[in-house]
Amino acid sequence: MIEARFCGQLGHFTLDVNFKTPNQGITALFGISGCGKTSILRCMAGLQRLEGFLRIKDDIWQDQKIFLPTYRRPVGYVFQEASLFPHLSVKENLQFGAKCGGKKSLINFEEIIELLGIEKLLERHPSKLSGGECQRVAIGRALLSSPRLLLMDEPLSALDRDNKNEIIPYLERLHQSLNIPIFYVTHDISEVERLADRLILLENGKIKEIGNLHDLSARLDLPLAKANDAATVFEAQFLEFNEQYELTLVQIEGGTLWLPSKISQTNKIRIRILAQDVSLAKFRADASSILNILPATVESFAPLNNSKINVVLRLENNGVQLLARITRKSWDHLDLKIGTSLFAQVKSVALI
Amino acid sequence: MWEAIVLTIKLATITTMLLLIIGTPLAWWLVRPKRWWKEIFASIISLPLVLPPTVLGFYLLLALSPNHGFGAFLTKIFGHALPFTFTGLVIGSVIYSLPFMVQPLRNAFETMGERPLEVAATLRASPLDTFFSVVIPMARSGFLTGSVFSFAHTVGEFGVVLMIGGNIPNETKVLSVAIYDYVESLQWEQAHWLAGGMLFFAFVVILITSLIEKRFRYD
Repeated sequence: MIEARFCGQLGHFTLDVNFKTPNQGITALFGISGCGKTSILRCMAGLQRLEGFLRIKDDIWQDQKIFLPTYRRPVGYVFQEASLFPHLSVKENLQFGAKCGGKKSLINFEEIIELLGIEKLLERHPSKLSGGECQRVAIGRALLSSPRLLLMDEPLSALDRDNKNEIIPYLERLHQSLNIPIFYVTHDISEVERLADRLILLENGKIKEIGNLHDLSARLDLPLAKANDAATVFEAQFLEFNEQYELTLVQIEGGTLWLPSKISQTNKIRIRILAQDVSLAKFRADASSILNILPATVESFAPLNNSKINVVLRLENNGVQLLARITRKSWDHLDLKIGTSLFAQVKSVALI
Repeated sequence: MWEAIVLTIKLATITTMLLLIIGTPLAWWLVRPKRWWKEIFASIISLPLVLPPTVLGFYLLLALSPNHGFGAFLTKIFGHALPFTFTGLVIGSVIYSLPFMVQPLRNAFETMGERPLEVAATLRASPLDTFFSVVIPMARSGFLTGSVFSFAHTVGEFGVVLMIGGNIPNETKVLSVAIYDYVESLQWEQAHWLAGGMLFFAFVVILITSLIEKRFRYD
């Protein structure tokens, strides 16, 4: 368990947060710029001192009496800009992390280098690396210091799209192969969808909500459902692969979905359905090009503006929630209300 | 002539080494943590840049005089009166060249920013370790500039030397004073050799410094 509380004035706003998370998985700190995400990370690392409390498992890093200085905290910190030491080669940068982390490294030097694909860069100098390469080395350096907690402050935001796409798979591999809790600051929902196990939603220095991504994305009172690209994200299980049409059938709670790609059986599958790709019908349309039609009931709704309405559906057999966005005209035309049984027609499912 | 050259090099080397020892922590303290009132101390350190050397020399002469409090204290420590001795000259040179060491170091520490220190701390390097393995190598162009300028400036000082050192062969008769002496006594040839040598020295120092400095930068 990680337990944290920070409270204090920071420039023009007040930070006041209090949260508990399990000691594993990726926790995303999500919110617009200036909402206090980075400050929370800096407080956890001890780079900034606010009144508060921080406990990682059984170790107290901060309370009323104790404040461990940063260099006494086993954290790994990946900054927004890679911040490699310019006077050291890639290899020496990595060794700087390993040297100070001591011998009880969680994973050894070779493993990290392989995991991050940086073996070819070792002899080079940071000034000769691309942004994506720098950030991979910075991640490796942080990991080699054997952290018990990995803090990542928008590690992808300084990168262009190609570099971003290059790094995300490495982060996913980290997530799967290392058992270190990660706190990940971002303002980009697509990174949250791909990486996060749970989400801390921040607004003006306060926690608006904390929970898993699936639950929060179907909460009509939160900003996620109001975004243009609002979507629901599910974990799914592989069922079968149809060779003839190159489609994979996966199971989610309360239904099955066809995906237009080949997915290996072993991987954890995460899929996303955009709210605007879900249309509603009172009867099952069998003569339709839409493959995925799921029986569901209306659980709640909230008008988004004068023309659109957000609808939260519950899949059959007490399955998962699904967010749909339809026009108010359709809502009235179908005469929908809470409890109405209907069919959700999913136009496209994305594998993330 | 050779005595004057050797004496000058000795004075400049000792002064530069002392300045590295004094100037490094001083420059660091001026930069971190940043406080507005530290600017007062920065200004005091920079005074020799604007003060006429004779003014500085005059006050130094008074301060080092064994008849007064501070000078008496120094006299006790060193076992002899300081004005018109090599030790007195070293003290004067250190004060006179202090801004030439502190200013480049301060700039180098400031340009570096907080980030490398934060990175080192998150990698569990202690503050002392960080200073030696990150700060000093990253500020190396500042150390180079500071050392070269302090050395060259000590070689070239005249006013302060004349005020507190005088013109004692093998003790305080440095190059610049020797040139003055030769000219006064109409020994033009020796004056030419020394002056020309200094001109060449100054040119080489500036050229080499700027060449190395470029290679030392991290972009």
